[in-house]
Amino acid sequence: MLNKVNREIPLTIPALKGREVYQGEFALEAKTKRAGRPMHTTLAHTSKVLVSIDEAIEKTGLKDGMTISFHHHFRNGDYVMKLVMDRIHEKGIKDLTIATSSLSPCHDFLIDMIKDGTVTALETSGVRDALGKFLTQNPGALKRPLVIRPHGGRARAVTCGDVHIDVAFLGVPTCDPRGNATGMIGKSACGALGYAMVDAQYADQTVLITDNLVDYVYPYSIPQTNVDYVVAVEEIGDPNGIASGAIGITRNPVQLKIAEMAAQFLDEAGIIEEGFSFQLGAGGAPLAVAKNISEKLKAKGVVGGFGVGGATGVLAGMLEEGLIKAVYDTQTFDTAAAASLHNNPNHIEMSASMYANPWTDCMVNHLDVVFLGATEVDTDFNVNCMTDSNGVLMGASGGHSDTAAGAKVTVITCPLIRGRLPMVRDHVQTVITPGSSVDVIVTERGLAINPARQDLIEKLQGSDLPIFTIEELQKMAYDRVGKPEDIKVSDKDEDIVAIVEYRDGSIIDVVRKPLD
Amino acid sequence: MAKLVKAATAGFDEKNDVLVTVEPIASGVEVDLTSKVMHQYGKHIEEFIKKVVADAGFDGVKVIAQDKNAWDYTIKARVLGALERGSKA
Repeated sequence: MLNKVNREIPLTIPALKGREVYQGEFALEAKTKRAGRPMHTTLAHTSKVLVSIDEAIEKTGLKDGMTISFHHHFRNGDYVMKLVMDRIHEKGIKDLTIATSSLSPCHDFLIDMIKDGTVTALETSGVRDALGKFLTQNPGALKRPLVIRPHGGRARAVTCGDVHIDVAFLGVPTCDPRGNATGMIGKSACGALGYAMVDAQYADQTVLITDNLVDYVYPYSIPQTNVDYVVAVEEIGDPNGIASGAIGITRNPVQLKIAEMAAQFLDEAGIIEEGFSFQLGAGGAPLAVAKNISEKLKAKGVVGGFGVGGATGVLAGMLEEGLIKAVYDTQTFDTAAAASLHNNPNHIEMSASMYANPWTDCMVNHLDVVFLGATEVDTDFNVNCMTDSNGVLMGASGGHSDTAAGAKVTVITCPLIRGRLPMVRDHVQTVITPGSSVDVIVTERGLAINPARQDLIEKLQGSDLPIFTIEELQKMAYDRVGKPEDIKVSDKDEDIVAIVEYRDGSIIDVVRKPLD
Repeated sequence: MAKLVKAATAGFDEKNDVLVTVEPIASGVEVDLTSKVMHQYGKHIEEFIKKVVADAGFDGVKVIAQDKNAWDYTIKARVLGALERGSKA
């Protein structure tokens, strides 16, 4: 069945029976109640602290066929998934579904556990590196296709019960014996715990794993009322992989040029004004945009409203300088931002639900503007940030479609040509964000405004910015490097690698196995 | 028709460049291409290299090209450079 972005969705395959195809950003209405975990009587004077992960696996009654979850706040420094999966593997538990908020290269060990049947289904926002290649090339390795969800879509799915988590294994940088936990302090500090907060609340059972067990924790991100067991281990992650040092602003001239034009566009469109709210990605170009926005705020003598993170030191710096009034943070990217979350009362932690869940009052709905990157875009303004130019899984859905749907203006920054490949395609390989959510695409050679936004086009009339149609931008690339041939993918049902969910749970695309 | 007198290379194994080696063969033009953009531009690059060799007036050439996203002008420069180096004893 063709969906609203003209993708053929094979509703006949078992994994898609009874599902809705994507019909528009706000087309599907919520018709369900919130899910809830079973209540457990808690006896007086009992301890939640267990001696080992093995004991936690035994106490939770984890068995074949269950769904377990993890979070990705430790990014590529995560030890928790491997610590837990090694013990599960040792115990011979099979046929598990892992529903994680995302995956990093440190999770490539899952390949072996998929091969031996320990893990038979995977649900995530991102997948890359060896695991991404393996899943792309071996669609039958899992018993059903990979499910890709945006962050808000995952929060929705967990809170409404579309995803039922039997046991959540959540790494927490600091925790007390009752299970009050924070990510702000400890040797493995990661900042906000926005993704973990949702799982802790909705999983049937929640196990916290920490390397810093202290007597009392306040403020906490996860309350003891959501926690069943606590396990202390030596190390839950590698601090160097968890948070980078302060992420710097790019020196890449292409990125800087893009950032400069994006900021000028915002200014000329009249968006940078008192109280305006925004979200920036953590890439080089978005951070350079932040610097330009700061300069324009200062020049105008106005104060912005709130910024949303994926927080970085650059955003925290704007808060510190008084250029914005608040930062709302669901995951924290660098050490400078983690310190700000800990120290600045106006740097506010939020759950993934509060960030982007379309079935609740989420912060993305209050954004004036969002800056996002893209792997590639197309002449319908659709964005792919999931598969590479050869159709291999190498990215993440992330908050891309969530923020793009919520923000009044969505700005995509993307080089016109990468290597030799034009990034304005006729049709993106995988649609993550529909073109109807995208308002402007900024490349180093010029920008294109979505024709649906006549208001913006009118505002920018007379601008000295190099404004083109999206087709003109595409032609500029083709004139330099030629038109690429499309890659060929299998049309067989059994070669469907992944199902791509839009934030409301409808199916926006599928990833098919590329042919050689 | 110009002929190579020895094998020769031009270019570098770097991003946006192509490392080209030319070798004398009995006749014709053969291209052995590896490329980061094989699926998207493989056919085009092979034909383009054959055309550059033919336009330069050479025959009896095997071209081994290891491409890392070079644009056409770079590919042309490297092929011509290798042919020139291979023409001198």
